[in-house]
Amino acid sequence: MSELLQFLFSGVTVGAVYALVALGFTIIYNASDVVNFAQGEFVMLGGMATVFAHAAGLPLPLAALVAIVGTAAVGVALNRLAIEPARGAPVVSLIIITIGASIFIRGAAQLVFDKQIHTFPAFSGDDPIRILGATILPQSLWVIAGAVLVFVALWLFFTRTLLGRAVLATSNNRLAAQLVGINTNFVMTLSFALSAGIGALAGVLVTPITLTSYDVGLTLALKGFAAAMLGGMGNPKGALAGGLLLGLLEAMTAGYLSSQYKDAAAFVVILAVLFLMPQGLFGRKSTDRV
Amino acid sequence: MNRLTTTAIATLMALGLAPAAQAEIKIGATLSATGPASFLGDPEAKTLEMLVEEVNAAGGINGEMLELVMYDDGGDPNKARTFATRLVEDDEVAAIIGGTTTGTTMSIIPVAEDAEIPFISLAGAVDIIDPVKAWVFKTPHTDRMACQKIFEDMQKRGVTKIGMISGTDGFGASMQAQCKGVVGDYGIEIVADETYDPKDADMTPQLTNIKNTAGIQAVLNPGFGQGPSIVTRNYKQLAVGLPLYQSHGVASKGFIDLAGVEAAEGVRLPAAALLVADILPDSDPQKAVVTAYRDGFEKKTGTPVSTFGGHAYDAFMILKGALEKAGGEPAAIRDAIEGTTGYVGTGGIVNMTAEDHLGLDLTAFKMLEIKNGDWTIVE
Amino acid sequence: MKLTPKTATLLVLAALVAITPFFFPSGYYYRVGALIFVNGLAVTGIVILTGYAGQVSLGHAGFAGIGGYACALAPVHLGLHPALAVVLGAVMSAALAWLVGRPILRLKGYYLGVASLGMGILISMVLNNERWLTRGPDGIDVPDLGLRGVLKDWGLNLSNGEFWYFFSGIVMILGAWAALNLHQSPTGRALRALHGSEIAARTVGVDVSRLKLQAFVISAVYASVSGSLLALQNKFITPDVAGFMHSIEMVTMAVLGGAGSVLGAIFGAGILTLLPQVLTVFAEYEQMVLGLVMMLVMIFLREGLLPSILRKLRGTGE
Repeated sequence: MSELLQFLFSGVTVGAVYALVALGFTIIYNASDVVNFAQGEFVMLGGMATVFAHAAGLPLPLAALVAIVGTAAVGVALNRLAIEPARGAPVVSLIIITIGASIFIRGAAQLVFDKQIHTFPAFSGDDPIRILGATILPQSLWVIAGAVLVFVALWLFFTRTLLGRAVLATSNNRLAAQLVGINTNFVMTLSFALSAGIGALAGVLVTPITLTSYDVGLTLALKGFAAAMLGGMGNPKGALAGGLLLGLLEAMTAGYLSSQYKDAAAFVVILAVLFLMPQGLFGRKSTDRV
Repeated sequence: MNRLTTTAIATLMALGLAPAAQAEIKIGATLSATGPASFLGDPEAKTLEMLVEEVNAAGGINGEMLELVMYDDGGDPNKARTFATRLVEDDEVAAIIGGTTTGTTMSIIPVAEDAEIPFISLAGAVDIIDPVKAWVFKTPHTDRMACQKIFEDMQKRGVTKIGMISGTDGFGASMQAQCKGVVGDYGIEIVADETYDPKDADMTPQLTNIKNTAGIQAVLNPGFGQGPSIVTRNYKQLAVGLPLYQSHGVASKGFIDLAGVEAAEGVRLPAAALLVADILPDSDPQKAVVTAYRDGFEKKTGTPVSTFGGHAYDAFMILKGALEKAGGEPAAIRDAIEGTTGYVGTGGIVNMTAEDHLGLDLTAFKMLEIKNGDWTIVE
Repeated sequence: MKLTPKTATLLVLAALVAITPFFFPSGYYYRVGALIFVNGLAVTGIVILTGYAGQVSLGHAGFAGIGGYACALAPVHLGLHPALAVVLGAVMSAALAWLVGRPILRLKGYYLGVASLGMGILISMVLNNERWLTRGPDGIDVPDLGLRGVLKDWGLNLSNGEFWYFFSGIVMILGAWAALNLHQSPTGRALRALHGSEIAARTVGVDVSRLKLQAFVISAVYASVSGSLLALQNKFITPDVAGFMHSIEMVTMAVLGGAGSVLGAIFGAGILTLLPQVLTVFAEYEQMVLGLVMMLVMIFLREGLLPSILRKLRGTGE
């Protein structure tokens, strides 16, 4: 029993990390239909910038804020310099552009920061909380809370606010959105700033658990991408559910089957889900235009 | 005939001496300064750069300046092979240092063997020098030796049943296999065998399974990078309460900071003298060498020294010794490297022979225990 | 005789393979050339899948892994000659592509991307984890192909580098020839129709799913043979060959050069294989420059390098 609970805790912790990354994918995808493979680098930047700002003498909360704002600026720059000029390019070109961006950011990070592994203190100490014989770290609760809060905020944003609907409208039909008076340039800038900021926030929250270095981005981007696709790209509900599901799958496979093939189990499930539901669990149905 | 040769040599020397300042020996390196093994390759690259500078500032080797041609293979074995070919065919180096990982090393070996260029690897696996290859040497202790050192210590503590949790990267997987190979010699049984991906964020499921395996008395974690730090934290989180052994892949002070002082308390690992330069007794022959290297490296780079950089230090110093003795001819260099005896390095005292292209024995490892956030030597 | 695009492409490739060695200052250039041809073969497969049929795969390195490990394992365990191991690898890759392709090719765009990504990761995971068979992440030795020895007996004495340069070059040209033939066949025309609009193609009676599957299987064979050639050339292989980055590399090479044509894609393979060798002068800035090049080409030369350059040369800019 305590065993199952321990696996659950592990799965939810890791799942919340994936969900945070997946949520970052959501906004950019909703605004521009681009899956941003540099999303993992935002997470890396959030963690690394916090580490270095903290080491330079800033208190942790301020360091984190600096990191998040700085990363958001990088996101805006990415949109202005790389995504916007390539508007209308085919999916495969966009994949290459964002992967190019991720290689570029990683290359810059290893120069600006360093190639060592870093961490900073957990927000509420390292003493595990015991529940029915299983344990969970306070920092895991921070990550889970972060994922849920971001999810709720995004969900409200997209369904309850005019701006959020403007983002969706921009994605559906940019020209039509412009015609009804939406400032699509502003919407795009905002989307990238938000996405990058959420990525950086994820980096700040998870670093005390996962540690960070200049090259953590790629793995996180792949897992976040898989989670977002599993849930259905573009839907915050899908990102949260996909992330948690992926984390739980890994933990349960590692716990009960084989730790060697835990990632395999996750991908087999993704393949199976996509086979049955080609748009993911909560994806939008799309129709082709001829 | 004799006179002709002498004349020829005199002419060559005259030609060679004319631009005397440019007379130089080229040595090549292909290291993983970026990519998944970058925190091994990065200190290695910095160490080589630092040492070449030092040697040249001191007037070179027998009056000849050293030129270091260094490439970054990013940990990709295919790239490493291309760079090795480039070093041999295009840059025409006299010797190669490199191969940060076992994978890159194994793909450089055929190039060095074919071209008959001496090659000193910085990677761990025992397969590199066993069976012995004429042109291939290495400086780090093998993973098999690390297993033996750990099992020796476990035996002393009366441990007979252990659990293992290994990284699935090359380092972890190779050491896992080597440990399984020698564990029987020590009357120890591996009763739980788990793995993790080096980028994993949480290893509590695997550790829960190990903890719940009946009769376990100690746990061994072969791995490098952030994995061992996370395992150590999770180990404390689950309050496993049994002796935890890390491997020699944990090779710098950084590990204690990342794992946290509390979680790292009591962890044991085999390591080179370099990590404990300060607490070595003055009588220790390695003390002077490791202290000097550590101070030089930390002054130059501002980052804490790691045993990986030490491997590059040893490789360079062994090569330097060979160059001093043998000049710039690859075959002569090879023979001189093989003849290395009594070299005192960061990894231990090296005595190479035709059958042993590593030249270290188990005494090169010290068994360390972490106490109050610092290393102590277990006797 | 009028020069068709097909003959022109083949002539250009043959001339490149035959003439460039006269300008090689050292044996190292043969190695780089051989790598370009091996990659060129793989991206020719991507041209069929992405350029002709318009489908994206982020997992094709998996097939290269199968081809490579077939050459490492089949000679030892099944006693096959390495040349037959190449064929076995290709057959296995084709079979797997056929099995996996049926369900995943129903997906579109990013969903197809993640499904193929998953497939590639599963293959590389097996290669990493099944140590008893593959010897794990540190890689495994591959036997010698033996063809160089045979040529030597016939009086043609090539160095190892020279042999692999010409051998890979010839295989790549054969691969290009096959792809160009396919392009002109009715299947090729149907594939291009599919690329234009799947629904339109379906309405005019094209069996869309069968076609996509064919393209997927054929491109898998190309990737597999390229993996085999790499393994045989290096006489050593590691699971990295099946890794995600290698998949991305293949797609990037093809698209960067111009995935619409065989020559363009091979040009891309050449550029991206040379780039890391040239970029060593940038030392620690290498990664940044590589990322920058990828972005700039995709933003400003959208059809790929070669088509854009050719258009410039013809003076018919946009």
